[in-house]
Parts: sequence; C-alpha cells; structure tokens
Amino acid sequence: MNERMNETAAPPQSEDSYNFAYLDEQTKRMIRRALLKAVAIPGYQVPFSGREMPLPYGWGTGGIQLTAAILGENDVLKVIDQGADDTTNAVSIRRFFARTAAIKTTTRTQEASVIQTRHRIPETPLQHGQIMVFQVPIPEPLRFIEPSERETRAMHALEDYGVMHVKLYEDIAAFGHIATSYAYPVRVAGRYIMDPSPIPKFDNPKLHKSPALMLFGAGREKRIYAVPPYTEVESLDFEDHPFEIPRWESCCALCGSQESYLDEIVTDDEGGRLFLCSDTDYCETRQNAMNMTKGGA
Amino acid sequence: MYVAVKGGEKAIDNAHRLLAKKRRGSLDQDEISSDQIAQQFPLAVARVMGEGSLYDEDLAALALKQAAGDVTEAIFLLRAYRATLPRFGESLPMDTGKMRLSRRISATYKDLPGGQLLGPTFDYTHRLLDFSLRGAAKDAPVAEREKTEPRPDEIPLEQTPASCPRVFDFLVQEDLASAEEAAEEKSAVPDITRVPLTLPACREERLQILARGDEGFLLALAYSTQRGYGRTHPFAGEIRIGRCEVWIAPEELGFPVLIGEIEVSECETVNQFSARQDEMPRFTRGYGLAFGYAERKAMSMALVDRALRAAEFGEEIVSPAQEEEFVLAHCDSVEASGFVSHLKLPHYVDFQSELDLLRKIRQGDMAEKEQKSVRANGGEV
Repeated sequence: MNERMNETAAPPQSEDSYNFAYLDEQTKRMIRRALLKAVAIPGYQVPFSGREMPLPYGWGTGGIQLTAAILGENDVLKVIDQGADDTTNAVSIRRFFARTAAIKTTTRTQEASVIQTRHRIPETPLQHGQIMVFQVPIPEPLRFIEPSERETRAMHALEDYGVMHVKLYEDIAAFGHIATSYAYPVRVAGRYIMDPSPIPKFDNPKLHKSPALMLFGAGREKRIYAVPPYTEVESLDFEDHPFEIPRWESCCALCGSQESYLDEIVTDDEGGRLFLCSDTDYCETRQNAMNMTKGGA
Repeated sequence: MYVAVKGGEKAIDNAHRLLAKKRRGSLDQDEISSDQIAQQFPLAVARVMGEGSLYDEDLAALALKQAAGDVTEAIFLLRAYRATLPRFGESLPMDTGKMRLSRRISATYKDLPGGQLLGPTFDYTHRLLDFSLRGAAKDAPVAEREKTEPRPDEIPLEQTPASCPRVFDFLVQEDLASAEEAAEEKSAVPDITRVPLTLPACREERLQILARGDEGFLLALAYSTQRGYGRTHPFAGEIRIGRCEVWIAPEELGFPVLIGEIEVSECETVNQFSARQDEMPRFTRGYGLAFGYAERKAMSMALVDRALRAAEFGEEIVSPAQEEEFVLAHCDSVEASGFVSHLKLPHYVDFQSELDLLRKIRQGDMAEKEQKSVRANGGEV
C-alpha cells in the first residue's frame, strides 16, 4: 500500500519477532478447537483453516501446525521421517521448532512427549501421555475411488463404505492379495474409515488401543483428525483374506532385530542387498544394549 | 555406504550456502537491489503480490530477489509471511469506477464514455529483441523522457478524471445484463484464508481463490473454454488498469478512513446470454481482478469465473474449467508446487512396502504357474 503500511509490515529481523512455536495464539486456538472436535469424533476429518507455513505443502505443514498448536514450554519433541531422526526433512522440522519454540528435542522415543512423524510409528511401544502427530498428504481414504470431496463427505456421513470393500476385493481378484501396502485403510471405533497416513501397513496394529493420543494433520487439504487413546482401530479385511503384516526373511544388519520394519539398502550393482531398521532410535538403543552386554561379559 | 543417507544437518547447511552463492551469481557484477526489482520488474512484482495475496511491492521485490527470480518460490515466501500477519479489518468495497486509469479498453464498443486508453502495454509491440537494452545500463534518454511524462501513479490526483463509468453498467442500465448483488445485502464476505472452504463454494470464495490462483493454470483453463471445453462465448467487455483508493471503516471510529491506494487490473467479460426461469434473456458476466499490472491474469480469471457459473445458469457441466472442485482444488501454485515437490522427500518406507508386495504377488504367480505346468505335464504322462 503506501509508505506507512510498509513500515508496519517490515519483515521480522529475528526469531524473537515470531510467537512461541511460530503460530500466533489465535491460530493455535482455532487449531485446538478443531483438535477437540477431532478427538470427540474419532476418525472424522475436521476442516480447519490451515495457514501457509514457512515449509512447503506436502512437506509436513499439517503436522507442523498441529505440533505448533499443542507444544508447551516443557514439551520434549522428537521428529522422524521414514522412522529416522536424521533424515533431512526431520532435521529441518526439528530445527524449526528448536528455533521458534526453544524447546528440548530428543531422538529417544521414550523421552519424547510429542513425536511428529512422517510415514512411521516408532517400534518402541508408546506410553500414556505421549502424543503422536502424523503428517498427512491425502486425508481422504476414499479419494482415489471417488475424487469429489462433496461425494466423499456424503459417503462418510451415510457410512456408505461399500466401494472401499469392492476396491479391496478387486485387488484380491487381480493380484491374489490386497494390493495396498501403505496408507492401508482402517475403521476407527467402529465408525469412520480413516487413512492412517502413508505408514506401512506393518504399523497399523500399533494404532489399535494405543495408550498414546494420535493426531493427524493435513495442511494442504486443511483437515485434522484423531484417534484418542485406547480406541479400537481395525484394518479393513475379509474373513477369508485376513489382514496380515509383512515379515522379512532377513534381520537388521546392525542390531539383529527380527521384529522391526526394515529398509532395504542396495549395496552394489550386482544385486547386493542389506536390511536395516527404519527406526534409527530403536536400532541404536539395541546396538548400545548389545555393546553393553559384550562389554560386561 | 549407509552413511550416505545420513548426515542431514550438514547437508542442509551446505545446500543453503550453495544456494546463496547461486543466487548471488558472479561477484564481478553488482548485487541487484530489491528496490531495483520493485521499480524495473513491476509485472513480476505484480504477479508475486497477486498470487502471494499481499499488496506490498517492497516485500514482493525482496521475495523475488531471495527466490533468485523463481516467481513461484517468491509467491510462497510472501504467502508464508502473510500468514503471520494479524487480520485487523475489512476494507469497504473498492469502487473501480473511480479508478485513476492508466489503461482502459473495451472490445465491445468502438467508443464509449471515458474513451479507450491504450496505456502502457505489450500489445502491438513487435516481439523483436531490443538489443539496445542489452548489457550495462545506459538509459540517460529514458531519464530525460520521464522528466516530461510522469508515470500514471505520479499524476496528481486533481489531474485525473473523477470517475469513468464501467462498460457493464451500460448493459445493466438497458437491462441486457443483471446487476451484481450489492455487497451490503449479503452478510460478511467469507475470508478463504481464515475459514475452511466447504464445497460448493460461494462466488465470493471462488473469486478469492481464483484471484490468488496460478496464472498459468488459469490461463490454460481459460484457453480450454475458448477451444470448446465449456464454451461461454466471451467478449472482453472491459479491461481497466489503474490505481484505486482503499477505505476502511473501523467500528470504533464509525466513519471511513482512506488507508492508501493500490494498483489493480480488472476484467469483465460479456458472455453468452442465459434466461433464468420467467426472465428475459440477458448477457452474463465473468469477473477478474488482480493486484498490480496483471492483465493476462485478470482476463484468465474472468473466463474461468464465468465457466464456473455454469450451474448458476443451468448449463451442463462437461469440462474441466466448469468443475468447481477440480479448479478450486488445483489452482493454487503454493499448494501444487509443494505437493509435487514433496516427491523429492524420502519414501524409503513406502517403497519398501511396495517392493515386498510386488515380490509376494510375483512369488504367488510363479508358484501358481509351476503348479499348472506340473499338472499339465502330469496329464500327458
């Protein structure tokens, strides 16, 4: 506008110019209201007026807004991407909150009060009082069956989920298996079908009756949903094709775990493969324990 | 080997350092100032302000500089900054009829009250590279000319015409087109940046989304309506570009206050007529408005706005430009570029799941084929 307006709109010179955890309190209140509604109606997608964040859409803006809205000064934050604390985007988001909220961060699952995640749930069982914040790209589980938002909202309202079962059945007819390996749809508290975000279906059972609060934020699509602690979360399946989780023939090359989700590392161009835990904290904890035992012996 | 995917912190720091170097270019050249960008790239600045939905030439210029000229990135920078600003009120409806015009053309009337004013435009230029602009600055003659001919925003208020009636108003007077509903008759205009969008959207929401929608996307959609995908027979009723006053009426004051002046580009298209029930047929209208000198954007927006009114006029919805959900959900460049670019993020875990599944399915297939061939062989024996 004119010169005077430009003065008041001058960009902030330091992090001090931003509110605690970046978002202004009004925005946080708006998000918390949406969160309360989401917790009250498990699995239901609550629209919220998401803000542009200083990170790109698709890079965790929904999760970042939720984390910003719930963080308190005494919280300890862990951020993972693909299960790892040291992937670039996890580093970037952790730094963002370290800068704007000056809170304590950790890589230890047990020590964290808030865990923001992309695509994984930690292997270490979550505890009562912990909050998981999931970054969600497409919150609508029916989206790839029905592209129209007006239609899918009506389908949820009417509990009209036949098409989802038809889709899963068609997978079995075509491939012999349900051909969904991540973002595997679940039914929450016997009512809403929900996208658990693109976690591998390996992680789906961890949602069931978890003592932790699970919050899901989709920034670009402007939706929030939640699974309260101890809620039933059932992965969709059929009696003759029950839900099953993948098992590896190998174990982790570093910690030897046969229980955890493994990433496949290509070691050479001659078909060499190595498997490692995707959850870096879990893997390191196990390695340390192994070293301790060796040292003690 | 595994270390290669780790060490994120150091990699990020190095990447930022390299980016700063890339942006600065050769140190043999003077660093460009954001003021220079504001003054000499006004159309890029206009686009960043419009799609960034924040009218601030200085910050838009800064964003362009910081983004190394990447307009989409600059828009994102400005948007993210905008999101941190408090919303302190609404302006009164802006009267574009009282615009201090720098350009005003109508393709529907040869002459009309207020006249045709070509103003600064690329139209009718021959797109030949002007090699005299090449290299270092040598614009003394331009400086001479500027002394005698002020820019439109430098013309003193008293020397500009008080108002210039809008083309559509002539049609409305003759009842050949419907007047738009006056804003007073409606409750407060929803703000798409503060209230989550629910579909179907109202026209105010649609126009807000289109106003900050990606110019390229809207241009392509507008073009598609001209090529038969949702035809609306448009005429450029009027295009006007100029400066408008912005007034607010704070509740505690009770009277309106002028807070400044902004440059806008406005386009109204006159489109094929439609007859609602028990009504005489009338022309219909598409509306486009954009910050700054942004004629292509305003025209594209007007065509898409009209296409999106299909349901209102009882037209069959058959084309992408008429599909409200399709257009509104995909026209935002900040959302679109973010989500496309997120594919660069690691997807090891999801890909691993897909690998496992594919191997499992293939194993199943192999086993089945072996069984079949065993059975087939067994039959022969």
